[in-house]
Amino acid sequence: MSTFLGMPATRAGRGPSPDAAPGTLGGVGRPEDPLHWGATFPHAAKAALANEQLRRNLGNATSTIRSKRARVVGEVPDWEALRDAGSAIKTDVMARLPELLEALERNVTARGGVVHWARDAAEANRIVAGIVREKQADEVVKVKSMATQEIGLNEALAEEGIAAVETDLAELIVQLADDMPSHILVPAIHRNRTEIRDIFLERMADAPPDLTDVPHELAMAARAHLRRKFLSAKVAISGANFAVADSGTLAVVESEGNGRMCLTLPETLITVMGIEKLVPTYRDLEVFLQLLPRSSTGERMNPYTSLWTGVTPGDGPQEFHLVLLDNGRTKVLADEAGRSALHCIRCSACLNVCPVYERVGGHAYGSVYPGPIGAILTPQLTGEKSDLPYASTLCGACYQVCPVKIDIPSILVELRAREVELAGSSPDAADRVWKAAMKAASYAMADGARFRRAARLPRALRAISRHGVIRRLPFPGSLWTRSRDLMEPPRQTFRDWWAEREDDR
Amino acid sequence: MRIALAATCIADAMFPQAPKAVVTLLERLGHEVVFPAAQACCGQMHVNTGYLAEAVPVVRNHVRTFAPVADGEWDAVVVPSGSCTGSIRHQQKMVLERAGLSSEARTATAVSARTYELSELLVDVLGVTDVGAWFPHRVTYHPTCHSLRMLGVGDKPERLLRAVEGLELLPLEQAEGCCGFGGTFSLKNADTSAAMLDDKVADVVGTGAEVLTAGDWSCLMHIGGGLSRGGTGVRPMHLAEILASTREAPVHPGDRQEVAR
Repeated sequence: MSTFLGMPATRAGRGPSPDAAPGTLGGVGRPEDPLHWGATFPHAAKAALANEQLRRNLGNATSTIRSKRARVVGEVPDWEALRDAGSAIKTDVMARLPELLEALERNVTARGGVVHWARDAAEANRIVAGIVREKQADEVVKVKSMATQEIGLNEALAEEGIAAVETDLAELIVQLADDMPSHILVPAIHRNRTEIRDIFLERMADAPPDLTDVPHELAMAARAHLRRKFLSAKVAISGANFAVADSGTLAVVESEGNGRMCLTLPETLITVMGIEKLVPTYRDLEVFLQLLPRSSTGERMNPYTSLWTGVTPGDGPQEFHLVLLDNGRTKVLADEAGRSALHCIRCSACLNVCPVYERVGGHAYGSVYPGPIGAILTPQLTGEKSDLPYASTLCGACYQVCPVKIDIPSILVELRAREVELAGSSPDAADRVWKAAMKAASYAMADGARFRRAARLPRALRAISRHGVIRRLPFPGSLWTRSRDLMEPPRQTFRDWWAEREDDR
Repeated sequence: MRIALAATCIADAMFPQAPKAVVTLLERLGHEVVFPAAQACCGQMHVNTGYLAEAVPVVRNHVRTFAPVADGEWDAVVVPSGSCTGSIRHQQKMVLERAGLSSEARTATAVSARTYELSELLVDVLGVTDVGAWFPHRVTYHPTCHSLRMLGVGDKPERLLRAVEGLELLPLEQAEGCCGFGGTFSLKNADTSAAMLDDKVADVVGTGAEVLTAGDWSCLMHIGGGLSRGGTGVRPMHLAEILASTREAPVHPGDRQEVAR
């Protein structure tokens, strides 16, 4: 589901972003692994922070959508009850996932659909490419889908000589620029309208040569371009927002109508869906169709909600394939502490309220899943060592807005503990220094008498303080004093003062 | 009431003016304050950085030190910090359970049920909002993330501040936005932390306040460090320091109430 958010202001001095490779349109390129690419988070964040235009764009876009969300959530009297219901339904789904998936398979099959099971990205891509080849199609239209971004489907199809055309406006911009999405809902949030005009002119063959950067013109150019694709495509590929186990119904929620085109016009429809996207019954959709649009686009209701069940003779696609994707999800499900990350309905409310995301943008996370949810989902899906669990101040804003109440801060802490375990045998010097410092602090802070002595140590810093502050410290204190002063430690600790006071009594 | 003070490690070592102010304030309100000397730290830093094994002895020490409150020896434990209270309430049990210390985990739950952040203690437990303070200065209040979202202190600190004679409370733009401290986040992601701090400092300066107050010296240390680096002249002060100030014994902005030696 995607609404293109306002096309932020024109960049004053034109040209690609500073970290872009020359000759490109500022795209970061398509990585080998969509769940793990680019520099470490602190390094990528530093580069992003230097891009002031990006910071302004992100700041404007996220604050606009934050206030929209707050307004429409505020008008729902039973919002907290809805969140509880959403959370409870998802908890139930995870507890009964095998049984519900088999029910889904039965019901989709009974209604004329074909169900495929894919263990990982490679298998899912193989299945999809096989179906498209069988249909002798060399071009497919796509509905915006995180699952297919996660598995790098477009690149896999390209290797088979099949062109996959993204039809969501923002996703199209990202694809044309050979870029990666930087937001779950608004994948081109990092782009302004001048950049979009340049991308269209250079990469969209049928763009009018006199195209300006007026949003309406840009939208009409994309519309004309896509209309030709919709009318000629024989195969469409979608993701799914929800799948109803007891009826076999699939649901896609979107804003532009491109999804409706893809889901109705082509002869063959292939849906790639993460196995966690289930709800048990049709009635459960009522909860999520209220939670999702208000949390994501800040709308009371999204413009297009498409529901389909198998194949209907004479109406819509006459062949329907459902690819159920694992790709690390059963591993996440097996983890008691982390499994609620699978409750996510990809609304992206957590991105929009996150003070870290707001400043560094999505690419810094090096995953198709950025922001707070990405920081807990990505490392769990890959199982690799990651610095994403530390990409948060644990401020809790994400938990507060999550429509299915995923306790992201607590899971971040759990994942940090896992990182510390993984670092246990690490030869990395920084890991060893952290470990030694934490061990020493643990010793000093586990006993009142020891802490009494330790608490006096900062006093030595008074020797280098001026006017009550310390302006420069050697590494690692420089990490602090580079941007802020350190207040001068006191002459006397609190407990020494207390002891003296007790003695005087 | 007999109230045990958990001073917090950071205030004990770096900002003793806050726990001293808690003592002054509670004694002025007619309560007895005790400081159990065995205390050191609640374990939050270790937990939030992922060093759960290293957190265990720290948490055990805290729970053991404050266990008497569960037996009624003291009526409550007060903590001049939202994030330490949050850690005591939401993390200590988890740390002990993971270490297989189920009986100590039960004690931790009992202790945390009687542990309060300062504004909670004053408003919810002692039932006061006007503590008889006098502080004739322009003040803005930053609601720290954990006090706001982990504890849900709501407007209790502001109600306390509004009742202070002479105090002008100025609204802070984007008050609920994190200042970028995040404990070890400020070191592990120093650049992002600094970018967040810049925005918070600009909003604080924009209020025209002389004093920035909050319920956590950790966040105040961070924002205060930025205010000082920017040469803004705005002074960070803990909520307790303002509430401790009276006509008879006024506290001045930036005054550390040091005992000179």
